[in-house]
Amino acid sequence: MSDDGYQLTPEEKKRRRTRSIAIALVLAGLVILFYIVTIVHMGGNVMNRPL
Amino acid sequence: MAQMTDTSTHHAGAAATPRSSALAGTGSVNDFVVLLKPRVMSLVVFTALVGMIAAPGTVHPVIGMAALICIAVGAGAAGALNMWYDADIDARMRRTMARPVPAGRVLASEALTYGVILGAGSVVLLGTLVNWTAAALLALTIGFYVFVYTMWLKRRTPQNIVIGGAAGAFPPMVGWAAATGSIELGGIILFLIIFMWTPPHFWALSLYRSDDYESAGVPMLPVVAGGDETRRQILIYSVLLVPISLLPAAIGQAGLLYVAGAAVLGVAFLAFAWRVYRVREGRPADKAARDLFAYSVLYLFLVFALVLVEHGFGLMVHAPWGGA
Repeated sequence: MSDDGYQLTPEEKKRRRTRSIAIALVLAGLVILFYIVTIVHMGGNVMNRPL
Repeated sequence: MAQMTDTSTHHAGAAATPRSSALAGTGSVNDFVVLLKPRVMSLVVFTALVGMIAAPGTVHPVIGMAALICIAVGAGAAGALNMWYDADIDARMRRTMARPVPAGRVLASEALTYGVILGAGSVVLLGTLVNWTAAALLALTIGFYVFVYTMWLKRRTPQNIVIGGAAGAFPPMVGWAAATGSIELGGIILFLIIFMWTPPHFWALSLYRSDDYESAGVPMLPVVAGGDETRRQILIYSVLLVPISLLPAAIGQAGLLYVAGAAVLGVAFLAFAWRVYRVREGRPADKAARDLFAYSVLYLFLVFALVLVEHGFGLMVHAPWGGA
């Protein structure tokens, strides 16, 4: 990958990839956190819906 | 107290790192973890947890966990912003010169962006998932640490860590507010304990690191007022800390186990502080300061652990003089 003509070294590419994976994991964790907290906030009401 | 005008240091947002912007983003994941000051973060999370557990009522474990995550990230954001601004100072101190920004592994602008996003994100997340009182307190904590301590006081006055120490003392109040949605006396007393503990803790460190602080131009008390005055101040704050550490029992928030434990720990704290006050020359003086610093960390952990144990395991037996 290049930026202004600079060629990243394999080590820099590896770090960038690891960082991207870490960001993806954090985002996935956020999605799960929002989901669980939403369920907790709804509490018993989650089952209380008209049939 | 003598005020020291700003030093010749320049903030760094500025600090020129050796890499060009073309190389931005070559720091490792570990560098970005280090930017969050994980050791400080762990103490913040612990004291926030104690505030949450000590607060009246119960908090759902999932909500409590979400709150602690937000508080941890918020504290980490404050650390990253501190490392962004202080990169020039950090580069001149042995203790901090290997940090990611002064070492050139992370650009100052990256640390800034990282800190701002995490700080804003943690506050919004805490408000959305838990409550907005806790979120406002977390925002205050981050803002106090970054703007009041780092940007305003640190380079200007030897009272930097006295006033700035409030930032480190807020977390139990944030935890308390996360559980109750309000600011109450119990949380404020936990705040006061950390607030009074901070000066002897940091001044003990600065006594044996004063050369570092002097070369970096940071007006810590030993640099500005000398070792004798620092030792006197350490003793004064230590004497004030012990009765304040017993206040939780006075309002019925802690029981006999806490009183006994905090009293013993407090007497030991005074003994360490007294040794620092009396031993002023050479290696023994250095060792006395190091011992006080090490013990102060243990002291704060154990005092808060006592609160946690009493509340968490139902071991609270009220003293006859306590409230509630």
